[in-house]
Amino acid sequence: MSIDVTAARDDVSLQDVPEPQSTQRRAWRIIARNRLAMAGLVIVILWVLLAILAPFVTRYDPITSQDAYNTLSGPTSTHWLGTDDTGRDVLSRLAYGGRASLGIGVLVVLAGMLIGLLLGGIAGFTGGALDELIMRLADIVFAFPIIVLAMAVSAALGPSLTNAAIAMIVVWWPTYARVVRGLVLAIREREFVTAARAVGASEWRILLRTVLPNTIGPVVVLATLDIGNAILTVAGLSFIGFGVPPPNPEWGAMISEAQKYPDQWWMFVFPGVAIFTSIMGFNFFGDALRDALDPRTR
Amino acid sequence: MSISTYVIRRLLLLIPTLIGITLTTFVISHVLPADPVVASLGQRAQDDPSIVGRYKHQYGLDKPLPVQYVIYVKGILTGDLGISISSRRPVMDDIKQYFPATLELSTAALLISLLIGLPLGVLSAVRRDRLLDHLARLLSLVGISLPVFWLGLLGSIVLWYHLGLLPPPSGQLDRTITAPPTVTGVVLIDCLLNWNWTAFVNALWHLILPATVLGAYTLGIITRITRGSMLEVLGQDYVRTARAKGVPPRTVVSRHALRNALIPTLTLAGLAYGSLLSGAVLTETVFSWPGLGYYATQTAGAADFPAIMGVALITAVIYIIINLIVDVLYVVLNPQVRLN
Repeated sequence: MSIDVTAARDDVSLQDVPEPQSTQRRAWRIIARNRLAMAGLVIVILWVLLAILAPFVTRYDPITSQDAYNTLSGPTSTHWLGTDDTGRDVLSRLAYGGRASLGIGVLVVLAGMLIGLLLGGIAGFTGGALDELIMRLADIVFAFPIIVLAMAVSAALGPSLTNAAIAMIVVWWPTYARVVRGLVLAIREREFVTAARAVGASEWRILLRTVLPNTIGPVVVLATLDIGNAILTVAGLSFIGFGVPPPNPEWGAMISEAQKYPDQWWMFVFPGVAIFTSIMGFNFFGDALRDALDPRTR
Repeated sequence: MSISTYVIRRLLLLIPTLIGITLTTFVISHVLPADPVVASLGQRAQDDPSIVGRYKHQYGLDKPLPVQYVIYVKGILTGDLGISISSRRPVMDDIKQYFPATLELSTAALLISLLIGLPLGVLSAVRRDRLLDHLARLLSLVGISLPVFWLGLLGSIVLWYHLGLLPPPSGQLDRTITAPPTVTGVVLIDCLLNWNWTAFVNALWHLILPATVLGAYTLGIITRITRGSMLEVLGQDYVRTARAKGVPPRTVVSRHALRNALIPTLTLAGLAYGSLLSGAVLTETVFSWPGLGYYATQTAGAADFPAIMGVALITAVIYIIINLIVDVLYVVLNPQVRLN
């Protein structure tokens, strides 16, 4: 990468500070023209709507409605996506399962992002021993494979929806802390930070009100691309029995239950398609968001 | 700074990370709610205070936590990761037994993703915005969005259950085939050392689907990064100069551009190898592949903390070592990086 590119990039973001509105509008125009990004957004919105509107989409309860006369039935007019081995409606479990898969996925990314913003912000802004401590901690968590560490935490705390989320948040924040720290190191040298200090703002206020808001753009892009990863991990953990415990519906858990029934394709195809398409939706949209916000690709 | 100073500095920096890693595994196995005594002793033994006392004394669990930590680290330094509660064997022996299968699977996965991803990424960049480029980009997006356990399940249901083309997802060899005597632990190599062609072909047959499934994500990323760095290099002045001098297009791509474009791809492949080795948990579970990940799920399910923490510790150490090697290679390969 040549030097002038970085200089141009710095220039653009400097100009952006007084007029954030126009940058956002321009970015949105770029994304709206991108057909893949829009397709991704629509897919994600559809899955979210299905999860939120689950009680209106299906009259079956995902756990207690067991149709004893129709176990392992293929798609019919009464059970649009078929039933599982205990006669539970697959559409109902898919809709309510989306609440767990998408909900935990988004929650983990949000929590990881907030912790990362705070720790990475403190590390980059204060420097010194605190910086060393926080970043070494991030290195340590990074070294462990996410699934193995989450499995261990979940085995220690016991399997439950909340513990699965806690286990994932514990391993999720370091990526954000590293990125935010890098951004803060550059921002803290800028004039507007000196200006804030000159008017007598406290260090905490400068960090929270002046420095961190300027890191939000790249962090949001990272988070959008990361939600897919989080959904994949929730589903994976549930698949091997360390995430959402049965009989609760969750997409990965549904695939795990379907393993014994290779002839009943509706049991494993629908939840798999749900995970696959929602992750792809987030990736399509996240890619476009990154391209639109990154001045180098304009 | 010379390269050797750099390596020594990086090695010294590993010490605090290693201490942190052992502290983490220690806290999860000794301090978190799950009581190791409850997990290891049966219900009847727990009701007998003298048995509990003797057990705690034997494993040093009656000492204060800092002392327990020191005992724990001393053990690790001598290769002692404790006794597995479920297999009743030293965890280190278990890991030695399960690791070769993971090594075999992840090496095959990396090879597959490099063999397909590299040429695909290069072609995709050279034919930017043509049909092949669109297909390659779609393939890489699909690759990184597919849940590996779902792909594995679909693959074995279609290719084994319905079409009968591949063996069932149950380990490295058919049950009817006698495994070759263990020399390296890597089944393919052991078969070759034993001149056992039947077993070799069978093992290869068992390996192909799990390795492809595990490699799908890496394949997606490698294609993407290769395409990206190739495009960047192809746009640079020296490539234009080479073209202007009349160097044939094929030579420009293979001799001039590819060398520089490969640096990011190789860095990525190194890092991916580290996470393949440690992250094959889901693939191994789907295919009952007797590797570290399979061992981890089995032991974590039984709250076997010495075992699961042993796996976590070993994989973390492998990861940071591979990371270090990749960083050093990056500096060696890329003279533009200045060490300061």
